[in-house]
Amino acid sequence: MQKYSIFSLAKNALSYHKNWEQAWRSPEPKSEYDAIIVGGGGHGLATAYYLAKEHGITNVAVLEKGWIGGGNTGRNTTIVRSNYLWDEAAHLYEKAMKLWEGLSQDLNYNVMFSQRGVFNLGHTLQDMRDIERRVNANRLNGIDGVVMNAEEIKERIPIINTSPNARYPILGASFQPRGGVARHDAVAWGFARGADARGVDIIQNCEVTGFRRENGAVVGVETSKGFIKSNKIGVVAAGHSSVLAEMAELRMPIESHPLQALVSEPMKPVLDTVVMSNAVHGYVSQSDKGELVIGAGVDAYTGYGQRGSLSIIEGNIAAIVELFPIFSRVRQLRQWGGIVDVCPDACPIISKTDVKGLYFNCGWGTGGFKATPGSGWVFAHTIAKDEPHELNAAFDVNRFYTGALIDEHGAAGVAH
Amino acid sequence: MLQITCPYCGPRDQDEFTFGGEAHIVRPLDPDSLSEREWGDYLFMRENPKGNHKEQWCHSAACGKWFNVVRDTVTYEIKAIYKVGEQAPEEETCKSHQPEPEND
Ligand SMILES: Cc1cc2nc3c(=O)[nH]c(=O)nc-3n(C[C@H](O)[C@H](O)[C@H](O)COP(=O)(O)OP(=O)(O)OC[C@H]3O[C@@H](n4cnc5c(N)ncnc54)[C@H](O)[C@@H]3O)c2cc1C
Ligand SMILES: [Zn+2]
Repeated sequence: MQKYSIFSLAKNALSYHKNWEQAWRSPEPKSEYDAIIVGGGGHGLATAYYLAKEHGITNVAVLEKGWIGGGNTGRNTTIVRSNYLWDEAAHLYEKAMKLWEGLSQDLNYNVMFSQRGVFNLGHTLQDMRDIERRVNANRLNGIDGVVMNAEEIKERIPIINTSPNARYPILGASFQPRGGVARHDAVAWGFARGADARGVDIIQNCEVTGFRRENGAVVGVETSKGFIKSNKIGVVAAGHSSVLAEMAELRMPIESHPLQALVSEPMKPVLDTVVMSNAVHGYVSQSDKGELVIGAGVDAYTGYGQRGSLSIIEGNIAAIVELFPIFSRVRQLRQWGGIVDVCPDACPIISKTDVKGLYFNCGWGTGGFKATPGSGWVFAHTIAKDEPHELNAAFDVNRFYTGALIDEHGAAGVAH
Repeated sequence: MLQITCPYCGPRDQDEFTFGGEAHIVRPLDPDSLSEREWGDYLFMRENPKGNHKEQWCHSAACGKWFNVVRDTVTYEIKAIYKVGEQAPEEETCKSHQPEPEND
């Protein structure tokens, strides 16, 4: 792999940037791999990267039906935080946070991780009680966080509307200073380049259409490019997890919903942190290009069409404009939807299954981008060792049979 | 946004309705005899198909009645609407299961 550095930049400038090596190869699939990852989103690519880096398993293919990062990885609003209430979730997301903090160096790829802090607003007395409880729980778990009142918020974000006459007045917030945003495409590309350099084959336009099984164990996948043999297969297909589960006659507690986001025209810097509100359901940050990145809620119905209803956007924009009246005349540039895999307890499934050698990583719903490196790290461990790491042991699919759910619903304050 | 024809009131905006998830999940007749597996399947596991989905809707902002819908989860097209207690129509006959639109 050609290393990116100030020197390689200068050297390539001399040849007008015409001689950069491709960031990853596009090989034809081999007939057999030691492990196959289905789904070339951030989580799948991270899984392949850590399989190679941490476990020395390099004869690996990532099979992606479209192009890498074209699913939710490239459609999300990129908020990263780890302030979850319950120990299991807090530890998992904090593992990811620690990996984020060194990721650009580790990958030799700038993922533009920007720890600009994340505010979760409270608008009712109950919101504030939940926020205090969560911040306390976070701090006991070694995760940074403070509770702020309305004046402190106003001081930090001068353009926010803290008027007590607002329809849903802001009473306070939790603030996680280490939270922030990252560049979503760069995360996919950085992991792809790092995995490829260690020998992983990234195969795009290759749809998995079935699993071949023998005596209760998986022996390979049927794909649009033919049969590929492997007795370790990790599925990380986000919104399409149920479709893949059905191919192996497995049941999942997942429902797929459209989730929307939009960006505005670029503006001068006006918002240097991330603001989220569950009560009025809107969240916003400003990208380095100057666009406001705004996230909405899910459509109530299930769906696989990568678009949602305009009424959802309407409610979302109303909330944003109430929080930031200064944005009322900003024009929106683009709006889109992704398909999120929602789990009943708002926590992921990172698990072995009833089929030997077949592993599932799904159910991240509306909030899995922040977990990308951690998700890949624990999933690689689960696949390599055929048993979960202690960080993901509680996220077994069997929790829906034992009743040991991890209820992060209202607890995490917000959905993303 | 969808336009849904309530079998009792006629066509209305989706805003008047509440989505109720997968239809035809039968409540266990003898809960005490269920295994954990059966409970988990009943409570949490869902079909979540890509394609036709049989689902429940409630006309919550008007008549308050529940009914069933067959909807394509990719195109979002509503293929059939039928009352609670009625059999789900077969794929081919979906079209004839649209309630008569009433004038309103
Ligand atoms: C609008 C929106 C906003 C969001 N905002 C945030 C946020 O601010 N913070 C946050 O933490 N999370 C957020 N999320 C959630 C986050 O994007 C997801 O949880 C996360 O990206 C899931 O990661 P992934 O890499 O597994 O998914 P994806 O990138 O969707 O990857 C799955 C891949 O599997 C492929 N695939 C599917 N079926 C097959 C098949 N049969 N064969 C081969 N490949 C297949 C797909 O093409 C896709 O590329 C948001 C999501 C959306 C839609
Ligand atoms: Zn009605």
